[in-house]
Amino acid sequence: MSEYILCFILFCIGLYCVLRKRNIIKIIIGLGIIEYAVNLFFVLIGYRWHGRSPILAKDQVILNMVDPLPQALVLTSIVIGLAVTALIVTIAIRIYEKYGTFDITKIRRLKG
Amino acid sequence: MILPFFTIIPLLAAFLIAFLGKKIKGLGDFLSSLGTLSLLVLSVYSISEVLAHKIIIYKVGGWMPPIGISMVLDGLTSFMLVMVNLVSFLVAIYSINYMERYTDKYRFYTLFMLMLAGMNGIIITGDLFNLFVFLEIASIASYALVAYGTEAEELEAAFKYAIMGSIASSFVLLGIALLYSYTSTLNMADIARVLSIKHSSYVVPFVGVLFLMGFGLKAALVPFHAWLPDAHPSAPASISAMLSGVLIKVLGVYALLRIFFNVIGINNGILSVLMFLGIISMLIGVILALAQWDFKRLLAYHSISQIGYVILGIGLGTPLGILAGLFHLFNHSIFKSLLFLNSGALDYSLGTRDLKDMGGLKEKMPVSANTNLIASMSIAGIPPFNGFWSKLLIILACIESGKIIYAIFAVIASILTLASFMKVQKYAFLGKLKEKWLNVKEVPRAMQISMVALAIICLVGGLLVMPLFKPFLQSAADALLSGNGYKDAVFNALRQVN
Repeated sequence: MSEYILCFILFCIGLYCVLRKRNIIKIIIGLGIIEYAVNLFFVLIGYRWHGRSPILAKDQVILNMVDPLPQALVLTSIVIGLAVTALIVTIAIRIYEKYGTFDITKIRRLKG
Repeated sequence: MILPFFTIIPLLAAFLIAFLGKKIKGLGDFLSSLGTLSLLVLSVYSISEVLAHKIIIYKVGGWMPPIGISMVLDGLTSFMLVMVNLVSFLVAIYSINYMERYTDKYRFYTLFMLMLAGMNGIIITGDLFNLFVFLEIASIASYALVAYGTEAEELEAAFKYAIMGSIASSFVLLGIALLYSYTSTLNMADIARVLSIKHSSYVVPFVGVLFLMGFGLKAALVPFHAWLPDAHPSAPASISAMLSGVLIKVLGVYALLRIFFNVIGINNGILSVLMFLGIISMLIGVILALAQWDFKRLLAYHSISQIGYVILGIGLGTPLGILAGLFHLFNHSIFKSLLFLNSGALDYSLGTRDLKDMGGLKEKMPVSANTNLIASMSIAGIPPFNGFWSKLLIILACIESGKIIYAIFAVIASILTLASFMKVQKYAFLGKLKEKWLNVKEVPRAMQISMVALAIICLVGGLLVMPLFKPFLQSAADALLSGNGYKDAVFNALRQVN
């Protein structure tokens, strides 16, 4: 149970980072932390105590194996996270070119 | 089997345009128009399939669900598919001329087709994780499209949108992870089956809250709406039309409804939360819209308000309410995309979106002005245009279920909408022509065609509730109304195949 709570705390740290930090690079890092927390949680769901990897061989009987499905899903989700992070970092670089700052409080031409 | 083509066609078009678009000029125009046209034909054909078979299931790779991924075609699916592909076809035609203003047009078409693939995927999938993947495809393409102009404001809006959208996706993924740990399956029908067997637990309401946050943010319901008024006006006009017209509905409203009604099960608590969110979105959106002078920003706030109507109608949970909500969903996608295309036409000819700067453009741009008049009357709910019928049905449904207060709020929001669009008409198209606009010309032919086509649909859209066309709408409402019956329908169809 404690590992789930730690996951949740990690998620909250990421959320805090996104909400409170002023530097947009730190916000992106916060987003990364949120993604890691969710991925970690997903992997932990499929984990079993002393479980083995679920590889079927001919003369082997595996009694206690971990659930492989969350691992496959998390792999997909990591790739998606990579794409999002790459895109947001690109946008951040272009923002720096236009505004000359990473401070989110100074990047506010849109209002209303 | 038509189902897989809804994702294959746009993905293939995106791939070809990305590789060959730079070398062959006009390939993007041609392939995107052809692709969206064929999707439109397929989705119209799917209506007859649904009427004949009720529900059709495609097993991806031949694997049997719930182990394999399935695609499901039912009434709601074909309804949404028609809406999405109709709007995207007209927008693709519009973009041929409109996107000349930007460099690297083929990249625009690549992202456009990717976004379409994501949206179609969300609609047809029957698997929860698959839904998440398509959600991300559509979202990432839309972040990039909002930043397409790479001006300072566009980048700022895209950054905001991308951060908020990614957090929403994380909430959705967390919800899926919890639901998987509880039910040990990812197939939507199978989740519904397991949940109906298991005893109720605190996990399901918690997952519900996570989904409400995630999809509510994508749908821009009011506490989660802050990104929309920045993101939608910043995109190129044809993309604003797609974002406001269909993206928020598919990513937000459709996913929310499908999961709440058919998978984790609806109850009175969730329905009253939906109604409450609908009411505040409706009122706050329209009040904020009143003060805007930027034409596209004004339209963006109206999107929030109109989505409020949809959620209110469906949140009533009665057959009439759900029918009215879905009807308004369809109508809003038509008139809101028309309004955004009008704003794009003004931007194309004048180079400004500021309403104070315009005036008397009716004589110079008659097609834009008249189609805009029709769309404004539609959104404000003036008979005989489609917006009137769906708003009337929503208000009647409120009264029918005894929620008089909500009906009054809906009327007030409608009046405020009318006031706000009278402002648009007065400042942009009526009044005296300013001197600097003496040489303004009407927009090119392709843009006119798609605007006129949308205006005609606005005019005849009200016919959808007439007996001849009603099965189309009714089968969509029935899919939601059946609730837990979704799983039985899916499993019965699977049994028949074997």
